[in-house]
Amino acid sequence: MELSKSELLRAYRLMKTIREFESRISREFEAGTVPGFTHLYLGQEAVATGICMHLTDEDYISSTHRGHGHCIAKGCDVRKMALELWCKRDGLCRGKGGSMHIADISKGMLGANAIVGAGAPLALGAALTAKTLGKPNVSVTFGGDGATNQGTVFESMNFAVVLKLPVIFAVENNGYGEHTGIAYHLGAKDIASRAAAFGMPAVMVDGTDFFAVYDAMGEATARARSGAGPSTIECVAPRWRGHFEGDAQAYRDLTEIKELRERKDCLKLFRERVREDKKLEAHEMDRVDLDVLALIDEAVEAAKVAPHPTPEDLLTDVYVSY
Amino acid sequence: MSVKTFRQAINEALHQEMERDPTVILIGEDIVGGHGGSAKKPGSSGGMMGVTAGLYQKFGERRVIDTPISESAIMGAAAGAALTGLRPVAEMMFVDFFGVCFDQIYNQAAKFRYMFGGNARTPMVIRAMTGAGLVCAAQHSQALWPIFTHIPGLKVVLPSCAYDAKGLLAQAIRDDDPVIFLEHKLLYDTQDEVPDEPYTIPFGEAKITREGADVTIVAFGRMVQLANQVADKLKGTISVEVVDPRTTSPLDTDVIVESVAHTGRLVAVDEANPMCNLASEVISVVALNALASLKAAPRKISAPHTPVPASPVLEKLYVPSTGQIEAAVREVMAA
Repeated sequence: MELSKSELLRAYRLMKTIREFESRISREFEAGTVPGFTHLYLGQEAVATGICMHLTDEDYISSTHRGHGHCIAKGCDVRKMALELWCKRDGLCRGKGGSMHIADISKGMLGANAIVGAGAPLALGAALTAKTLGKPNVSVTFGGDGATNQGTVFESMNFAVVLKLPVIFAVENNGYGEHTGIAYHLGAKDIASRAAAFGMPAVMVDGTDFFAVYDAMGEATARARSGAGPSTIECVAPRWRGHFEGDAQAYRDLTEIKELRERKDCLKLFRERVREDKKLEAHEMDRVDLDVLALIDEAVEAAKVAPHPTPEDLLTDVYVSY
Repeated sequence: MSVKTFRQAINEALHQEMERDPTVILIGEDIVGGHGGSAKKPGSSGGMMGVTAGLYQKFGERRVIDTPISESAIMGAAAGAALTGLRPVAEMMFVDFFGVCFDQIYNQAAKFRYMFGGNARTPMVIRAMTGAGLVCAAQHSQALWPIFTHIPGLKVVLPSCAYDAKGLLAQAIRDDDPVIFLEHKLLYDTQDEVPDEPYTIPFGEAKITREGADVTIVAFGRMVQLANQVADKLKGTISVEVVDPRTTSPLDTDVIVESVAHTGRLVAVDEANPMCNLASEVISVVALNALASLKAAPRKISAPHTPVPASPVLEKLYVPSTGQIEAAVREVMAA
């Protein structure tokens, strides 16, 4: 699938924004400035970007506990994201959601989710809305390899096939379900073949290759928009960080991570590819790098000093009517 | 106005709300029935108890949707659809099945609005059959409303008669928050005067079904009918007031407190198991707000702290009875 120069620059900017946002959060977490619990998306940037480049604000995604990358790729404001991670009053969720529940319905982002596998049924609902109202929109549910062992995901795959819903199951196979490797937790040989057994097209792609993800999503989206039903894309993109920040990762050989950073860095691979294909120049991407760093620095510094929610905020927003 | 059953009242509310608002859809297991069957008769069931009969024929497969037996997927699909512009009415055939899908309700639908800082609304209704008395045994007979009532973000409706069922269901469908609407199986064939035209009943407004001066009975769901029978039987000897809160969340504590302040005596009746049930809540509300007006210690009538037995003989002992309620009224009068 051919991408214009501006689309390539947009893809690069999104991936770079995710990379730098997460790297900054990692450092801030270590310094103790970020409250609570956080799970980072480093190493998987090409997945959210390759998937969400096909979506508009009227298409929906349901996300996971590792949701910052999905937010950025879906177009959420990085400044408001930072405010939310610092649980501040002007954050995307007014400081009441935090990292694990960050959401922006106006951008079609139905929320990060702290329950593994819970996003899949929600994406069915967004697809049902599109189908019922006769709109051409699709919904995507992101979920890790670990989530694919949940009954909710099995139910959702069958349900989507039976009702021919415009859903794409974007499986992020990052190698681990929390502290347990996929070699142990997956009974089948891979996730794509298991999804295919439910009666839908399912492919496995290299999730560090933006172009592979983008092309697979192009096919899945076209199928969904045409009314032909769901697809699964298993994106293999090992995570660079632990399950959560602060995870000592005693279960992992640390040379594995070093090697991933050297050989499977989606940004490095993207830069090499577009330069080889003579689509983008290094200086054009370097300029994006500077912009992104400045934006994130501004967002994080503003978030740190922004006001907290007020005591009155404790009791609001439970119900619409009171 | 005509006499209708509780079942017909619910069916009529569904028809009228679907006619009124094209974003209302029904989703659940066998609410249509017959898809894929050898008789090739989709629509032949209309629900296990016939509550959704005729809706598929009228509104078609786009709006009346049968699903595989996948309760988590149903509840999540309803929640996701509600977040994105529909008003789904999801059916959980028996309330007991919440056990396999509760995450989608209490961690997802109930919390969206708060977690997302007020930037979401989740206008969905979950209808479910509830209650003991039809020999359905331990996994098809429970009274689980205390669990739902406990969760911030959910509204919980427990109609006790056909008139209330229609108005409360219309309100539930038009409401912008997730609502659990519980239908007691033994009420489906009860009858009432029910207006033909659509109407709504606001949540959190208790109804005084019998006025009295000596004792207040606060009862929930089907227990209201039993309390009314006791009040009618004792008329002339003991003047019994019956309060039907109609919704357990929000709970109309004002009417409960006013009634007890007036009568000075309280019997709280809830079919749910006794630990942390609504009878406990009512007694707590009265203790906090009307203790000085009490002339006798309150009495609490509930099912025992056991699962629902299959034996019809034991089930009869399990469910609170008019005899127990009457005895409790006499006890608070004698104290």
